[in-house]
Amino acid sequence: MQPDTKIEVKNLNLFIGKQHILKNVNVSIPSNKITVIMGPSGCGKTTLLKSLNRLTDLYPEMKVTGMILIDGEDVFHPIEDITLIRQKMGLLSQRPYPLPMNIQKNVAYGLRISGRKRHRGIEKRVERYLKMVGLWDEVKDRLKDPASDLSIGQQQRLCLARGLAVDPQIILADEPTSALDPLSSQIIEQKFMELKDHYTIVVVTHILRQAKRIADNIIFMYLGEVIEQGPAEEVLNNPKEEKTKAYLKGGLY
Amino acid sequence: MKVALVLVILLPFVIGIGLFLKSRLILQDVSLWELLFSSEWRPLAGKFGFFPFIVSSLWVTVISLLIAGPICLLTAIHLTQYADNWVLKIMHPVIDILAGIPSVIYGVWGTLVIVPLISRHIAPLFNTETSGYSILAGGIVLAVMIIPFVLNILIEVFKTIPIELTEASLSVGASKWQTIKLVHIRKAFPGIISAFGLGLSRSFGETIAVLMVVGNVSKIPGGVFEPGYPLPALIANNYGEMLSIPLYDSALMLAAFVLLIVVVLFNLASRVLIIRTERYK
Repeated sequence: MQPDTKIEVKNLNLFIGKQHILKNVNVSIPSNKITVIMGPSGCGKTTLLKSLNRLTDLYPEMKVTGMILIDGEDVFHPIEDITLIRQKMGLLSQRPYPLPMNIQKNVAYGLRISGRKRHRGIEKRVERYLKMVGLWDEVKDRLKDPASDLSIGQQQRLCLARGLAVDPQIILADEPTSALDPLSSQIIEQKFMELKDHYTIVVVTHILRQAKRIADNIIFMYLGEVIEQGPAEEVLNNPKEEKTKAYLKGGLY
Repeated sequence: MKVALVLVILLPFVIGIGLFLKSRLILQDVSLWELLFSSEWRPLAGKFGFFPFIVSSLWVTVISLLIAGPICLLTAIHLTQYADNWVLKIMHPVIDILAGIPSVIYGVWGTLVIVPLISRHIAPLFNTETSGYSILAGGIVLAVMIIPFVLNILIEVFKTIPIELTEASLSVGASKWQTIKLVHIRKAFPGIISAFGLGLSRSFGETIAVLMVVGNVSKIPGGVFEPGYPLPALIANNYGEMLSIPLYDSALMLAAFVLLIVVVLFNLASRVLIIRTERYK
């Protein structure tokens, strides 16, 4: 493993019943960069992303083989508790899912469940993370309002703050802008660019332009297989594989 | 179609107004307050105090919910979060069967099983003696009867929680149990309230099964091992029998009216709670 590799996926296979969803996936994701997993719908991007923090546990019908190493530790056979490994990764899903509680408690949720409860400290941290996602000025006067009162773009930033509050090293984002208006999408992309100095960011997207805008590193998937991966300029400008070329021209679905 | 719809909408009002008109006769003689809170029940002397019946009704209702509520909640959580799919598949017919059993059969079961169980085994644990025909027997039988209804709603409620919400909670490092406790139950809260509200209404109005096990003694029950006499049992036992006594008929109608009002209030209260908590969904 190279020193700057944060996540290493080795021979990952995933089945749902007889369907082979992920076919022998091998990828390495560098730290402090934005890695974009792109490909047409149904190619297994989201499944790969959710395997990274073992949300596959929620779907008993999924059978997984292979290894996913985060800092060298296999998430499927961890030495630590899986909840601690999951705290290393913040997740942003396609639509924001604020928890059924107020704005402040949403951000503090991760701290609360891990027992870091000192009250003053929590308020400060909530403020810090809301500022980090650019939401503080919009919500500082209504921290006790239900999170569902926020607009969907604000909710997505709130979810980002909620993930950041547990001090992750990695941010996993599954088409994080697909439910958002252009302006909110732009804010999220901009945040990713700012955050990548401190975090390893993995973004799933099917929007090619988005990939071009933000990616440092690209993994291109098609029908459950990784076709090509590497630095963004190489994959986008000099694709080696026919399928990648076809996809970039818009001819592969 | 519209006529049918209007008929259905009007039905509760028509029933309510009918009961009210019939019960006006007794209200002309005695004040409502006195009827509701007097515990003297001597129809021959013209004394109609509903208080013992109201108290009995509340007792059996509350006990049934105290028993059935936690059981249903835990069962629903287990079935939707932990159990394999096939368990849920066999639970559905079981619930339907439970819901479909005629209440008189629950009454017979209560008489044959619960009543002796209470007098021989449960009461001795608390150093009391009882025939077994008691508030507790009524509460237990009612609990069993409302379980299928409450459980059915709760299962649906927990099923509608989006899996992404679970993912969001797990991904910040929550354990499964923390997720259930802090996220699922809160998200499901309006649904839980409406399930319990339905259970309360059914318990409060259930007649025949309770009547068979509760003892039917018209005095305020001093404890769960003493017999009681809930409102529906009062009406069912006496209506049509002693109507030669003046005002008896009207008094029973008033009892029925009170019953209707209480059930409506239960419904309204749970609706208000639902609306007030729904914002946090």
